[in-house]
Amino acid sequence: MKDINFILNSKKVTAKEGETIWQVAKRHGDLIPHLCYEPKPGYRPDGNCRACMVEVEGERVLVASCIGKPTEGMKVNTKSNRAALSRKLVFELLVADQPKRSVARDKNSKFWIWADKLNVDKSRFPKKTSLPEPDTSHSAMEVNLDACIHCNLCVRACREVQVNDVIGMANRGSNAKIVFDFDDPMGDSTCVACGECVQACPTGALMPASVMNEKHISDTKVDKKVESLCPYCGVGCQITYNIKDDKIAWIDGADGPANHNRLCVKGRFGYDYVTNPERLTEPLIRKTNVSKDPTKIFDPKNPLKYFREASWKEALDFAGSGLKKIRETHGSNSLAGFGSAKGSNEEAYLFQKLVRTGFGNNNVDHCTRLCHASSVAALLETIGSGAVSNPFYDCENSDVIIIIGANPTENHPVAATFFKNAAKNGSKLIVIDPRKSSLNKYAFKNLNFRPGTDVALLNSIMNVIIEEKLYDQQYIKGYTEGFEELKENVKKFPPEKMEKVTSIQAETVKTIARTYAKAKSAIIFWGMGISQHVHGTDNARALIALSLICGQIGRPGTGLHPLRGQNNVQGASDAGLIPMMFPDYFSVSDGKNRKKLEKLWKSNLDPEPGLTIVEIMYGMIDGSIKGMYIMGENPAMSDPDTKHAREGLAKLEHLVVQDLFLTETATFADVILPSSAAPEKDGSFTNTNRQVQMGRKAIPLPGNTKQDLWIINEIGKRLGLEWNYKYPKDVFPEMAETMPSIKGMTWERLEKESSVVYPVKDVNKPGEEVIFSNGFDTKNKRGKIVPTKLIPPNEVPNNKFPMILMTGRLLEHWHTGSMTRRSKVLDAIEPIATAHFNPKQLKKQGIDAGDKVKIETRRGKVEVRVRLDRNVPNNVIFFPFTFKEAPANVLTNPELDPFGKIPEFKYCAAKMKKLDKSSSISYK
Amino acid sequence: MSNEIEILKKGDLGRKKEKKVFFPKGRIIDDKAEKEILLLLKNKSKARDMLIENLHLIQDKFKCLHAEHLTALATIMKMPLAEVYEVASFYAHFDIIDDDTKPAGITIRVCDTVTCEMMGAKKLLNNLKKKYKNKNIRVLPAPCMGRCDTAPVLEIGHRHVDYADKEKVEEIINKKDFSPKINKYVDFNTYRKNGGYNFLKKCLSNKISPNQIIKTIEDSNLKGLGGAGFPTGLKWKLTRKEPAPRLMAVNADEGEPGTFKDRFCMETDPHRLLEGTLIAAWVVEAKICYIYLRDEYPFINKILKTEIEKIEKEGLTKHCKLIIRRGAGAYICGEESAMLESIEGKRGYPRHKPPFPVQEGLFGKPTLCNCVETLFWIRDILEKGAKWFSNFGKNGGSGFRFYSVSGRVNDPGIKKAPSGITVQELIDEYCGGIQKGHTFKGYLPGGASGGILPFSLANIPLDFGKELDKKGCFVGSGAIVIFSNQDSMKDIAINLLKFFEDESCGQCTPCRVGTEKAVKLLKNKKWDKKLLDDLSKVMIDSSICGLGQAAPNPINCVLKYFQNDIN
Repeated sequence: MKDINFILNSKKVTAKEGETIWQVAKRHGDLIPHLCYEPKPGYRPDGNCRACMVEVEGERVLVASCIGKPTEGMKVNTKSNRAALSRKLVFELLVADQPKRSVARDKNSKFWIWADKLNVDKSRFPKKTSLPEPDTSHSAMEVNLDACIHCNLCVRACREVQVNDVIGMANRGSNAKIVFDFDDPMGDSTCVACGECVQACPTGALMPASVMNEKHISDTKVDKKVESLCPYCGVGCQITYNIKDDKIAWIDGADGPANHNRLCVKGRFGYDYVTNPERLTEPLIRKTNVSKDPTKIFDPKNPLKYFREASWKEALDFAGSGLKKIRETHGSNSLAGFGSAKGSNEEAYLFQKLVRTGFGNNNVDHCTRLCHASSVAALLETIGSGAVSNPFYDCENSDVIIIIGANPTENHPVAATFFKNAAKNGSKLIVIDPRKSSLNKYAFKNLNFRPGTDVALLNSIMNVIIEEKLYDQQYIKGYTEGFEELKENVKKFPPEKMEKVTSIQAETVKTIARTYAKAKSAIIFWGMGISQHVHGTDNARALIALSLICGQIGRPGTGLHPLRGQNNVQGASDAGLIPMMFPDYFSVSDGKNRKKLEKLWKSNLDPEPGLTIVEIMYGMIDGSIKGMYIMGENPAMSDPDTKHAREGLAKLEHLVVQDLFLTETATFADVILPSSAAPEKDGSFTNTNRQVQMGRKAIPLPGNTKQDLWIINEIGKRLGLEWNYKYPKDVFPEMAETMPSIKGMTWERLEKESSVVYPVKDVNKPGEEVIFSNGFDTKNKRGKIVPTKLIPPNEVPNNKFPMILMTGRLLEHWHTGSMTRRSKVLDAIEPIATAHFNPKQLKKQGIDAGDKVKIETRRGKVEVRVRLDRNVPNNVIFFPFTFKEAPANVLTNPELDPFGKIPEFKYCAAKMKKLDKSSSISYK
Repeated sequence: MSNEIEILKKGDLGRKKEKKVFFPKGRIIDDKAEKEILLLLKNKSKARDMLIENLHLIQDKFKCLHAEHLTALATIMKMPLAEVYEVASFYAHFDIIDDDTKPAGITIRVCDTVTCEMMGAKKLLNNLKKKYKNKNIRVLPAPCMGRCDTAPVLEIGHRHVDYADKEKVEEIINKKDFSPKINKYVDFNTYRKNGGYNFLKKCLSNKISPNQIIKTIEDSNLKGLGGAGFPTGLKWKLTRKEPAPRLMAVNADEGEPGTFKDRFCMETDPHRLLEGTLIAAWVVEAKICYIYLRDEYPFINKILKTEIEKIEKEGLTKHCKLIIRRGAGAYICGEESAMLESIEGKRGYPRHKPPFPVQEGLFGKPTLCNCVETLFWIRDILEKGAKWFSNFGKNGGSGFRFYSVSGRVNDPGIKKAPSGITVQELIDEYCGGIQKGHTFKGYLPGGASGGILPFSLANIPLDFGKELDKKGCFVGSGAIVIFSNQDSMKDIAINLLKFFEDESCGQCTPCRVGTEKAVKLLKNKKWDKKLLDDLSKVMIDSSICGLGQAAPNPINCVLKYFQNDIN
């Protein structure tokens, strides 16, 4: 790095290499006006608005300071009359075509703040004859291009930062116009509503619809801003709540390590579920005459039809005594609890402690069982740690990025932006999935292989690597075990032979193998497409083996990263919300640790692993599980073979549900405890990168709702536990004591730093982002290579059920929809239950978009409308499990992976029939 | 949660109207359109830089760009819809139309730039518009077509019409021959017979070194005749200093109103350009050279294609592949960095400099950019020596060049004259004097951007820098337009500013907004001097490229020299 000495306004100053004149001036207290320049991560200076011009001695014309870089000895004058006049005139030119100051689209915008500073409130120049009309076609955002100054920030936001590629600058000259796709209304375009453009727009031309009035003028004055976290996915975006009158006015992205101000549609616009009229605000006790019928799901609009309001004391006493009675009469093993990956670490910790010490067993699980349990099983078995090796944004250091069985543009949208950034910067992106996705455009290779043949494909890749000796001999020798067995095993998987199984040509497999093995650094990301199979653990083992034999782990830009689903699924697992492990993945059978916990928790602990989610469901049906405490989970929608799950729930003698809404699961509750939503509480949450981050309370609890932590504490007390946890900060130190991984973390540190990655040993030092640089967390420090066999999916298509059904999610909807379908913006974008098919296939069957079909599997049938989607392969039904009116999980197969106990959501045999015309609605 | 039936009954679900939720977001790919585009692009490159070429294929085939074809193209080229749209909508020669609209059967483009307007283009345009209304014939105004010596001109399909009038148009429409007309030119055999390509062969057989060539060119004092006047030899030398691989681009996009010299070069003696190009490419070791040809010259496209094929067969292009890239109707692409963007298949947005193309040009690689005329003289200079060339100058100038002269003179056209000649000498000695019935009033020394000078300043050398510079003018591409007492300088200024307004790329505020406001202000009965002066300052000082920086020149000159025309 070379320093550059130059003269700024007659003063000697020094620029660091790469610094612009604007940046140096700012450092010296001279803030030069700027419009098209946004000094934020990801935004390239473009130098087009010319609001930041400065005079450089010897230059014929002025220089845009946002892009101009000082050279040795250069004389820069930021305050010369010539420069000042030019800057002011730029504003005057722009003001000419703006709506008047008094009716500005956003009077607090960056544009008007600067115009005020430069004393420009009107213009001598004639106004343009025609200006664009408002575009209100999108439910989330409003477009008023009469305020547009063509600064191109929204184009960069959309194209370069988030890489959603929807916004362009069409036409030329004074006809230049911001367009969505082909100048389509925003709401009709390919816009995914990440809102990055709204956040970037300096004028109010692009605004969140929520702050606009009917005259298309905004109100952006707020009472306070609260830095917190997005409550949706595992990416862990930091957000800023803009609060007015104790309500969320809108959300901005904050500069967290995982998002750098970026958000997706859910994070930015999906917050109003908290104020949905269906929000439960009083404790409810089931009316005595209301039976539990597994086929009848209650209308969440009318809870009082089935429940009566009760005081907190009554409801808690009722909830607690019911559980206690079952423990006393049927023994502790007849109780189970589902905690929540949506809650905080402190809540998860307390919940598992409640089950383990209050119920007296290990029957505690949560939705990790339905998403990455197999990945975690494989990771723990092979490298001794269930978390990721590198943060996802480390892909910027990767030459090669493999994304397999994941659809991050829909499910981890902000992480996907970093993948796309990397691909645009030259990393080779390899996308492997039966379905196509919007990532394909940026990919070096797309492998749309036959569903369920992951092991065959991965082993054939390893076959090539071993045949061609592309593996890392030294690494294998130094850091792994089991290579010889793998070598022998993959002989059975030559790519030429596997072609028939996977449908991927041998040459392509060879290219992928060579590209991955020879890369300086290569990282693997995976999602549910890998884990949700009866061979899910094998899938993950194969990926781990691939990385181990190539030595693609333990360095920046390498490693293994299962993209975690829920905002706190990592943290909930870490905190012990799993039946076979105590906090920090100490096996329940590990006597030494158990003794330590018994002492700390002042209670005996069960050395036997508890039951997992699907096992508990079977327990409910066979009557061995009689009472449950379910916090923030919705098994009546999320579990496979929903009909069965609902039957089980209906059979429970006592069900305590703690949630925001009358969920499908709450239909079967004896008592519902209305609890706190994310913006209403403090707590720490752990994202997919192992970053523990601080969620902060932004708005008060509505009605008579209570903090989840308080509710767990109260239930605990009623089970005889001597608890008095008032705040998350009371729980954190105890939790940290049970978790060596977060030894260097304190509540105060989290409050101060907002994000701390673990493992972290020292309170004064940062945690480790990249791990395994020197061996693994296994006993012998070696990574275990586990060979895998070809296991077919549990239920393959036949004549009767000729199609393959796979479930998944939609960008706008979160899981079972309990939050997102109660968000106006999100529900407006995806309002109707659809199953997705390849158009070619539907054409053959005479089915058109919007027709209603009946999908049937061995477990049930669902009627749903059809969406045409070229991304879905032939003979496959892609069915999001979000819609209660068409619950996909009625169809799914509960068969489990033997190690991770995860059901095979991604594959079962199905058939589909068009319903006759009378059933279809005329929607014209 | 909404009720499905309610939602469906509302029927306001967007573009695919009632069915929006039953498709993925955005436009739907039409199977038929996709097949058509796949067929059209069969064996064609789908790389990003081919976008404009591929848009041409569609425009040529379907006479327009239908949105469904563009959707298919974007999908096939793996490009975002917005990027395809912004490129397609940037260039004047692409017509994006709704899927259910039919394209016009015939398009007539009438040049309305300065010389043509002086010669009655406005009337012609209006007459034709009236005449062909509702006849599936579209009549559009268009910028300079590079044949100002035969003004007024127009283009029907790809057929250009000189000294255009209604009758000529009718005749062509009746004959239905809209293909480009090719005049006789020096073809490969003739060129070769007269010693052509001997020098290139000398290079290719290493009988001379690149440095020797550079030395000769430097000594000849040849300057970039596209308009900037950068010393050619030095440019070659600087390019060679940059790390390989290096590329080359020939700027054949002369669009400066009044300029038609490059057309003349390519239309009459194309191999002189090609030899110069191949020598330059050999010197800078460029393995690929793009010839960026303005789309107003379809006849030259044909000539170059035919002749390049011949020299390829002769093995003269083994060291450097020549690729023709079509412009698509955008003056700004004559600016070299905008040209590079356009060759990369993007909008013609001038780049910020530094870095200069020599350092970071096409696809980020060091790139030599020369204009047609500069390369055209290379062979002669190398064969006849540096001195031979430099001795030609006059009034302190060096060498000679082609001046494109049009307007109120008796004999307009391409004039090969010594650099530094004055306009008076040019009119008297080369153009047969001022037309009868006209009195010499003023002139453009350098096309639309070089300012306007009064007859009283007719004895300034027409050369780079020097005295023209002091008057706030420049010679640029050597486009000289002569005005007489019958021309209103206010109208001329409006015409020129309107041209800049139409041709501004729109990237930076001073030029995008400034040109538009300028036209409005100039149309006012009384000119607001103070405001125009302010506007001129911000445009000159703060525009990104030469277009915006030079656009106020006509205004300043009229204010300075032609007060009578605005009072």
